[in-house]
Formats: sequence, structure tokens, C-alpha cells
Amino acid sequence: MYDAPTMEVLLGITGKDFTLIAASKAAMRGATVLKASDDKTRALNKHTLMAFSGEAGDTVQFAEYIQANAQLYSMRNEADLSPSALANFVRGELASSLRSRKPYHVNLLLGGVDPITHKSRLYWLDYLAALAPVPYAAHGYAQYYCLSILDKHHHPDISLGQGIKLLNLCTDELKRRLPIDFKGMVVKAVTKDGIIDIEFDDDKVVHAA
Amino acid sequence: MSRRYDSRTTIFSPDGRLYQVEYALEAISHAGTAIGILAKDGIVLAAERKVTSKLLEQDTSAEKLYILNDNMICAVAGMTADANILIAFARETAQDYLLTYNEDIPCEQLVRRLCDLKQGYTQRGGLRPFGVSFIYAGWDPQRQFQLYLSNPSGNYGGWKATSTGANHASAQSLLKQDYKEDCSLDEACGMAVKVLSKTMDSTKLSSEKIEFATVGQTKDGKVYHRLWSADEITALLKKHDLAKDETAEEK
Repeated sequence: MYDAPTMEVLLGITGKDFTLIAASKAAMRGATVLKASDDKTRALNKHTLMAFSGEAGDTVQFAEYIQANAQLYSMRNEADLSPSALANFVRGELASSLRSRKPYHVNLLLGGVDPITHKSRLYWLDYLAALAPVPYAAHGYAQYYCLSILDKHHHPDISLGQGIKLLNLCTDELKRRLPIDFKGMVVKAVTKDGIIDIEFDDDKVVHAA
Repeated sequence: MSRRYDSRTTIFSPDGRLYQVEYALEAISHAGTAIGILAKDGIVLAAERKVTSKLLEQDTSAEKLYILNDNMICAVAGMTADANILIAFARETAQDYLLTYNEDIPCEQLVRRLCDLKQGYTQRGGLRPFGVSFIYAGWDPQRQFQLYLSNPSGNYGGWKATSTGANHASAQSLLKQDYKEDCSLDEACGMAVKVLSKTMDSTKLSSEKIEFATVGQTKDGKVYHRLWSADEITALLKKHDLAKDETAEEK
């Protein structure tokens, strides 16, 4: 079941009152970039966002299945599921998929803000249905470059501006070290007021040392 | 005449009524009274026990108050055997939600799931509706403390204070008279025993005749629910001067 990390980049950073989610814009097949404006995120409800990577096809299928279930719940109960409840629901779906004849091969970051306590939340999930609540996270090869940077610079009550600066440190290092171009990042922030798109400078050129 | 329309739960009478449902409601109005009062810092449920005997083991047979989940309890009026089926269903539903979402089920959702089941028996043929009304007391982070009442038709509603069972009409008007917005849990407990003492046959109560439970919050914000022991009930009755005289009991 083991598979090598991918060149797809998923990053998540929590702060005082927000959660940042970033995903690389390149859609790849083998060594070919098919699209340079791919959005590997889906909004589950007003204050929960999920980013995904993994096997082409599985990813969008699974993410939209989760999205539909989250929206059905909101409609039926006139209340949204919390990020924590959604993360546990997704873990359950992945765990039962894992034990089926054709499991979904999807890795996820699920981030948001709790609608009642307004606390920021981030969950790391992989295709083996492991779930971990974390202050910051990465998937794929990006883990090897970014986690050390985040270990050093992350603080639980940073502002959104500081979070975006931290994200820039990470993407700079990825541009410096990753052997292929991941075509920049889609960046979104979840706050208590909802999900907002963040303008992110993808054109900055960083040269390897 | 009505014989033609009441043998099946699912058939309307010519004037648009479901007799079996109304008979179930009638059965409940003969059951012991149950009341629930919502306070700002908790909820109290109190119920009248019909089966009292000196031979009855008190601590091992809760007749009317049951725990549904970590965040919810209920009082039963009607057929206890029917209630047991619904309570088992409610507990399973709550655990299923916990397994899926790793969170307690929101109170109204659990009430609605039970009521969907109850409603089914007023529409699918050949069976009798559940002869039970419930008063639910619970807490969830979205809507804090909540009190609900449901009946055999599958209708439910949220209340500040409510009652069901024998004399529920007079209990209801007493509650309407005495209810204070923002009352404390202690005050609500006092109100509950006073209302029960007026709706029950005997004015002096004893711990054998009533059951008591509260949902509340500890100082550090943890929600608890508790079914009261006989001694605690006796102490409460004494405090409000409603306890039966110990010496008179011997007569």
C-alpha cells in the first residue's frame, strides 16, 4: 500500500482567528503539466475548507462526495457541522473505503474555524485514514522542506498577515528545492466570517543556492 | 360507529381524525404526571411514580426517568414497555452519531429521530402507535440547555416549562403562573416539587412517590446529568415543607 510522496503541494497554517490552506496549481500526469490553474480545494460549509491530493480522479470524486454530505447535513439540520465533526466523518469514510475492494487514494488537509467557539482548527488526514489535529501541516514532498520552517517560525496566535508571510517562506523554499515547477499556489483563508480567497504572488523567482 | 375507523392506525375517520392516536394520548393522560422546568443554569425533570409498595426495591427500578446520552435525559409518561423500545432506539442513535462525528448528537436531532419513528406508526398500517410521551432535558453547545416534549403522534416542541400525564392541564397552568424567566436550578427544583404536590392526590409527598433528575453545569463548564437518590429527594421535600410526616407513615 505504500506510495512515494508526490510533487503536489498542500500546506495548512492555523493562527489566532484563522486557518490558511494553500494548494499547488499544477495538475500533473506523469512528467507533464496538464493545467496550471487547478484548484485542489473544496468548501464543505461556510467555515470549513478541504484541500486534497493523490490519485487523479479519486481526489475530486471523494472531495465532492464529502462536500455533498456536508451540505446535506446543513440542509437537514439547519446547522453546520464543526470542523472537528467533519474531520471525524471524513476519517470514517476513508477508513471504510480503505477496507473495500477499490480504496480511495486521497490525502487531505481539513481546516476551518469552529462556528461556536471561533477557534481555528486544522486536521491532517492521509489515505490510510490517519487523522491528526495539528497547528500546521503539509502533504507530499513539501513536508520535507516546510515542516522545519514552520517548526521554527510558527506561533499559535499569529495574525493573518504573519500567516501569509510564513506561507511565503515555505513557497520560496519549495521553489528553491523542488525539482519541478508546481505553478504557484491557490491560497484561501477561513475566518469566522467565512472563506476568503487570498491574493498570492506566484511570479516571484527564487534561485537555488 | 367509530369501530369502523379505529381498528387500523392509518385510517382517517370521516371527520379527519386518527382515533388510535387519540386513544394513545388518552392512555398517557392516565399515567403519572411528569414535569420539566428549564432554568438558566440547568433543567429539572420530576415525575410521579404510580407503582409504590413497601416491598419495591427503590434504587434498582427507575420507572420514569432515563438517561439517553451523555448530554440528555428524559421523563416518560405512558406505557413503560413501549418507552423501553424508544429509549433503546434513542441510545443507539446517539451512539451512532458519536461514532460518526466524535461529538454528542445535538438535542433536537435526537428528539426528531425519535419522533420520526413515532410518526411512522401513525401512517404505516396494522400496528399500534407508541403509547408514550417524553419530556427531554439536554444540553448542546449550539443551543445550550433545552427542554422538549413529544407525544405519540410524532409531534414535538421546545418548552421553558412543560408537563404530561395525569392532571397535565392543571400542572401546566400552575407552571404558567409560577414560572420565572432566568430562575436558578434550585428555584426550579422548588417549583417542581410544589407543582407535583398540587397535582398529585396526596399533598404530602415522599421519595417513594416521585422521581427527580437534573441536568446542570459544573463550575468548570462540564455538563452533567444526575438521577436523584431517595435521600436527596427527601431532603428537598423537607426543605420545602412538603415531606410526609415520618410518624404518620406508621398508621
